[in-house]
Amino acid sequence: MSRRIIFNLMQVLVVLVFAPLASGVLSRLKEMVQSKHGPSIFQPYRDLWKLFHKDEIVSEDSSWIFRFTPYIVFVTPVFVALLIPVLTNYPLFFAFMGDMLGGGFVLSLGGFFATLAAVDTANPYGPMGASRTRMVGFLAEPVFMIVFFTVSFVAGSTVPYIVQEKWVTPLANFFMPSHVLLVLAFLMLILAEGGRIPVDNPTGHFELAMIDESKSLEYSGRGFALMKWGGYMKMFVLMCIFLNVLVTPWGLAHEQTLGAVLVAIPLVLFKMLCFLLVLVVIESSLSKLRLFRISEFLGAAFITSVAAMIARVFLP
Amino acid sequence: MSAATNQMLENLNALAGGLFLLAAFGMVATRQARGCLNLFITQSLLLAASAALLGLLHKSDHLYGVAVVNLISKPLIVPWLLRKTSPEEIYTRREVNQVLNIPTALLIALALTILAYFLGLPLSNAVEPEFRGPNVSIGIAGLLLGAFTLTVRREAVPLLLGVLAMENGAFFAGIAIARNLPMLVELAIATDGLIIVFIMGVLTRAVQKHVGTTAVGEMATLKEAAAEPVKGEVVAK
Repeated sequence: MSRRIIFNLMQVLVVLVFAPLASGVLSRLKEMVQSKHGPSIFQPYRDLWKLFHKDEIVSEDSSWIFRFTPYIVFVTPVFVALLIPVLTNYPLFFAFMGDMLGGGFVLSLGGFFATLAAVDTANPYGPMGASRTRMVGFLAEPVFMIVFFTVSFVAGSTVPYIVQEKWVTPLANFFMPSHVLLVLAFLMLILAEGGRIPVDNPTGHFELAMIDESKSLEYSGRGFALMKWGGYMKMFVLMCIFLNVLVTPWGLAHEQTLGAVLVAIPLVLFKMLCFLLVLVVIESSLSKLRLFRISEFLGAAFITSVAAMIARVFLP
Repeated sequence: MSAATNQMLENLNALAGGLFLLAAFGMVATRQARGCLNLFITQSLLLAASAALLGLLHKSDHLYGVAVVNLISKPLIVPWLLRKTSPEEIYTRREVNQVLNIPTALLIALALTILAYFLGLPLSNAVEPEFRGPNVSIGIAGLLLGAFTLTVRREAVPLLLGVLAMENGAFFAGIAIARNLPMLVELAIATDGLIIVFIMGVLTRAVQKHVGTTAVGEMATLKEAAAEPVKGEVVAK
């Protein structure tokens, strides 16, 4: 029992510690593809360190929501990390506290507060970015639902630990059309939710074109650091769900020993590196879509997810 | 063959079907003629893959034949013929106005697919149990989506590719129902397809030469019949 609690807290620790690293590796790889040298992969840690030691300035006209939001944005991915398989393929202590839908709700709670906080200060760019985020969000929502329904239909459960086993027992299940199409649809969702390139440019510094970034424009010091760290962790958690639940459970710890769990950390990070390479290829070969073509991109994701669903539901 | 291998082959065939369906959706939605052509090539390759997998599964030489004929005619000869006959300028241009906007077209295409599944299920229940698979439903869906491509596109080359996509869909359903189609039929259909491509390509070039555009969807009125140029009509040069 106590061991399961410790492993569960280890998962949270892994998410906390390695989320900035994933972001740093991604930006470094992108710069390398563009034949630039790029910042060190540890740059996000330095940014966070610097921001934590700076003064925080909060507008007098902002309400409690603005002050409260960084903590919510920081805590929600940590909470989700308790529920999903990050390192182990057997359920841990808190795993049955919430299923995938619960995790999705918790993640979107953070997004909801970030949107409110962006509107709160009446900075001209914040509300614009917030309304755009909501637009992307409501287009992504039906895809999320259909992906979750199909996954739980296939596995007969909505708990991620049970779902992941279904895709590889037997191995032929891995090639089920519903599985591959779901993976494609969820990949498009990650691009949209994480503010990656066909939908939003995470490295852009032009306020009028921002979608995700503009929500944290008003923050400074510790609040900004928490917002940033929360953003890194949200991406990390989404990648964990994608890689460990939807794509493969390979590389996760099977045995309930500390050694197995420790070995799982580099394996999971290696899997993540492979995914980051795919992400780099996508980000370097596509250009950002105009705002009103995002509906076409997410429409394609919707079609893919529905095709996955009917391939499963209408089995002859 | 063991049951595990069989299941693997069945799943791979179903996967080829799923991607075949996606390619059909893509042909409804892509704006570029070049993208449409690439999707058609992908679709034909998936058709050949499905035929080969079914051939392996049912140990049928005829299905291998279908795969080979498809592999040669559609992904190789059709694009080559199109490049030879239709003007190059088509591939560099974007189709600006489709009849419906893309999300609407995709949603209608989705409804057509679900309809195809409803039509396909009783049909695939009618064939022998060992041939039951997703092919019939997906083939019908491919057929309907090809027809739908015909109605929403306005450029000549995507229209032609819509016709060919319909043929792909019919084949996709056919290979699951009849495993012993005479080779002669296969070859005849493949040759027919090529001749259609050739004639349509030449026609496209002629249309472009005379009218100056290949947006055939806008050529709704006869030139001589209209006293003054109708809005949207292109005056002959």
